[in-house]
Amino acid sequence: MHLSSDELILWQHGFFKLNVTIVTTWVLMLVMVVGAKLVTRNLEHRVDISRWQSLLEVIVVTLRKQIEEVGLRHPETYLGFLGTLFLFIALSNFCTILPGYKPPTGSLSTTAALALSVFVAVPLFGIAESGLGAYLRSYTKPTFIMLPFNIISELSRTLAMAIRLFGNIMSGTMILAILLTIMPFIFPIVMTLLGLLTGMVQAYIFSILATVYIAAATRAREEA
Amino acid sequence: MDSITLIAMASIVTAGLTIAIGGIGPGLGEGRAVASALSSLAQQPDAATTITRTLFVGLAMIESIAIYCFVVSMILIFANPFWDHVIAQVAK
Repeated sequence: MHLSSDELILWQHGFFKLNVTIVTTWVLMLVMVVGAKLVTRNLEHRVDISRWQSLLEVIVVTLRKQIEEVGLRHPETYLGFLGTLFLFIALSNFCTILPGYKPPTGSLSTTAALALSVFVAVPLFGIAESGLGAYLRSYTKPTFIMLPFNIISELSRTLAMAIRLFGNIMSGTMILAILLTIMPFIFPIVMTLLGLLTGMVQAYIFSILATVYIAAATRAREEA
Repeated sequence: MDSITLIAMASIVTAGLTIAIGGIGPGLGEGRAVASALSSLAQQPDAATTITRTLFVGLAMIESIAIYCFVVSMILIFANPFWDHVIAQVAK
């Protein structure tokens, strides 16, 4: 029984292994990019716009509002990164409906990569907002003794984000696989529904946590 | 008792105990979280969206403890390094 789709290798050359996770991730990326390009080819300013453009507008406006509600001013700067996080994880979890599909977020490598990108983005946004000195000083914020604890908390919450997403999605697919061997038909359908709900919630959680961490990092300017 | 039996027994027992005990805390915590969310929803129904959203975020954070226990249990059963090592030694 594989724990993740990392172990299904499609093609190998030297030490480069093309596994199912990479292929699925690239297919998802292609779908999102090509879909968005097709919809935004001729953006219209009329009142009655096409359905696809309306859908995209709903998504973008909701994301902007969420980012603003967490407390980040100028949500446009962060919309690209945070919106992409949410959309990629949501699409990858949503496609578990398709038979024979293994979500790439069910592999620790993908979730670790996403968590690492958040880990890099938080200081980047913090430094861009308030400058290097103010950001580094925020690590000693309550008292100077908190410096190692702040650093440890940065590392541990990155790890927690990766494991949380991986554990939720992997457990959903594994429980479904086990149930299918025991009791086909009704119960696996209910479990698939639960898996879809968890997938969407986890996508939301991942992006909201990233937003909150970025908001905490950029708030250094207001306190200083 | 040779090492193979010992490793197998320890892994199985630990895997079971991990998920069993690890599910207690998050279960209780989530129950309390939902209970307080429901009572605040009853007091202020027009803050429903904020309360619901915060509830889900909090539930996901609490759930991640149970997920950590589940991941450890799965590793012990399916990706156990000690078991692989011992099996490799026997195969030699």
